[in-house]
Amino acid sequence: MSKIILSKERGKDVSDMRTAYCEAMIEMAENDERIVALDADLMTAMGMKPFAKKFPERTVDCGIQESNMIGVACGLSVWGKVPFAHTFGPFCTRRACDQIFMSGAYNRANVKVVGSDPGITAAYNGGTHMPFEDMGIMRGIPTMTVVEPTDIVMLKNLLPKIADQYGMFYMRLVRKGVRKVYEEGSEFEIGKAVKLSDGNDVTIIASGYCVAEALDAAELLKAEGISARVLNMFTWKPLDEEAVLAAAAETGAIVTAENHNVINGLGSAVSELLAKKNPTVMEMVGVQDEFGEVGPESYLRERFGLTAEYIAEAVRKVLKRK
Amino acid sequence: MMDDAKKKALKRFSIQTQMEIVKMISRVPAGHIGGSLSITDLLSVLYNKHMKIDPKNPKWENRDWLVLSKGHCGPALYATLALKGYFPMEQLETLNSPGTNLPSHADRNRTVGIDMTTGSLGQGASTAAGVAVGMKMDGKDNKVYLILGDGELNEGQVWEMAMMASTKKLDNLIAFVDYNKLQIDGRTDTDEVCNLGDICAKFAAFGWYAQRVDGHDIEAIDEAIANAKDHKGDPSVIVLDTVKGNGWSRIADTAGSHSRGVSPEELEEALAEMQTVMDNI
Repeated sequence: MSKIILSKERGKDVSDMRTAYCEAMIEMAENDERIVALDADLMTAMGMKPFAKKFPERTVDCGIQESNMIGVACGLSVWGKVPFAHTFGPFCTRRACDQIFMSGAYNRANVKVVGSDPGITAAYNGGTHMPFEDMGIMRGIPTMTVVEPTDIVMLKNLLPKIADQYGMFYMRLVRKGVRKVYEEGSEFEIGKAVKLSDGNDVTIIASGYCVAEALDAAELLKAEGISARVLNMFTWKPLDEEAVLAAAAETGAIVTAENHNVINGLGSAVSELLAKKNPTVMEMVGVQDEFGEVGPESYLRERFGLTAEYIAEAVRKVLKRK
Repeated sequence: MMDDAKKKALKRFSIQTQMEIVKMISRVPAGHIGGSLSITDLLSVLYNKHMKIDPKNPKWENRDWLVLSKGHCGPALYATLALKGYFPMEQLETLNSPGTNLPSHADRNRTVGIDMTTGSLGQGASTAAGVAVGMKMDGKDNKVYLILGDGELNEGQVWEMAMMASTKKLDNLIAFVDYNKLQIDGRTDTDEVCNLGDICAKFAAFGWYAQRVDGHDIEAIDEAIANAKDHKGDPSVIVLDTVKGNGWSRIADTAGSHSRGVSPEELEEALAEMQTVMDNI
C-alpha cells in the first residue's frame, strides 16, 4: 500500500539521485547475493565506484558497448542474477533497443535497465544525449515495466521492489539533484499512481521532473479558484488505469505533464486509455516532437515548456473545452 | 583420440539428425535447412561427448550450457534434443505449426533443453558471455558453448563481446563459427557481401585462443574442443570449415539452401542419399 508524506518546501535536494542509487544498490547487494551492477564506462558518472569497490566480483564494466552490456546482463539474469545495467537513457533505449527486446523481454529475462539523464536533465550534453523518446520506446515492448522515480525518497523505496519483481524494467533516473517531493517514510507501489492533491475541476497527471512543477501549478490555479487534482504517474507501464478513469470521471478534464516527447509518452498512454473507456478533454504538456538542445536546465525548461506556468496555462486551456 | 566405434556412432547420430531436419522442413513451406545441416557434426560431438547434460533434468544446475546464436538453425538443435531424449520424437512433426513448442528460432521458454532464446543475430554472443560471467561469479566450472554463424560475424555485437570476454578471461566460454562460406546474399569469404578475412586471426587479435578445423571431421572437432577445455585464461573459438546444406548434394554449398522447402520427391532423394552415407560408415 502507498503511504505518502509530502515535502512542504519542494526545494532541490542537497544530495544527488546517483548517490542515493549507489547507497541503495550497496544495501540491496548486502542482503541479496543475486544483485549485480553493469555499466558501459559510466560507473564514474553514475557514482557507482563505491559499489564497484565493495563488490568488485559483482560489478561488470563492459566498456563503451551498450548492446553487449544489455546482452551480458540478460545472460546473467537467465543464469540467476538480478542485474542492474546502467548507461545514459538514449544509449540503452535507442542503441540497445533490440537487445532489450529480444535478449531481454522476448527471452523473459530479468534485467533492470537504468537510463540516466532523462530529457532536459541531460542539459550540457545536449541534443544527442537528451532522451525525449526513451520511455516511449520502452513502453512499446511487451512485458516491460516502465518507471520514473520522482525523487530520492521514492527511488530508495522503489529499488528493492524493482529487484524483487521478476521481469524487465526500464527505470529513468536523474543523476544529479532533483526537487524533493516526498519525505522519508513514504511508501510506493509499482503501478499505483500517487494522488498528491485533491481537486474537482481538472486532473494534472505528471511524472518525473514535472511532478513538483504540477504541484506548483495547482497552487497557482488555486489562487484563480481552480481546484486541480495532481496525480504522480511514476509508473508509465502498466498504467494505473483505475486512477486515470477516476480522474476523468470525477474531474472531467485532464492535463498530462512529462519531460518527454508527447508522442508515445505519458500523454499518449493516458489518451489511449481514455479514448477507449471515457473520452475526456485533454492537453499534453511536454516536448512537442522536437530534438533536445544544449543548455542549462533553467533555459531548457522554458525552451520546451515544462514549467508550472505552462502546466497552468494548459489547464486554463483545457477547462475552456470542458 | 577417439576410438573408431565412438567416431562412427557420432557420425551416425549426425546423419540421423540431418534426416530428421529434412523431414521436419518437408512438412512446412520452407525452413532454414542449409545452416542446420552444416552444424549436425558439431552438435553430435557436443551432445554425445563433451557436454555435461542430463536430458531427464534439462535445468540441472551443473550442466553445460549451449547458446545457438544462429537461432534460425533451431531445427538442427530440436532434432538433436529429441534424439537425446529431451522430448518425444513426434514433437518434431510440429515445427512452425500454430502453437508449437518448436518455432523457427530457438526459444528457451518453449522448448525443453534450450538454454537461451536467440534469433536476432549477434545477441547470443552476449547472452552466452553473460552466462559465463555468472558461472565465474558463482565459482562454477561449467562451460558455455556458443554457436555463431559466419554471416553473423558481420554483427558488431559479436566483436564487442569478443573484446569483453577476453578482458574478463572467460575461459569457460567456447565459441564455434560455422564457417560454411555462405550468407543469404552471397559468399562470406569474398568481397560479395562482407569479406570475413582470417577469422582465427581476428579472434586471436582480440585475445582469444583460436583454432580452425574441418567441421565435418568428428575426430578433429573432438580434439579441438578438448584443447579448448584445457586452455586456461582466455575464451576459445573454434572455426569450423563446413558446407552449407551438407549431406544433401542438391543444395550443398548453395546460398539458396539458407531457407527453402523440401518437396516429397526431394525428401525421398535426400533421405536416400543420407542413408547411403550412413550405410557406408
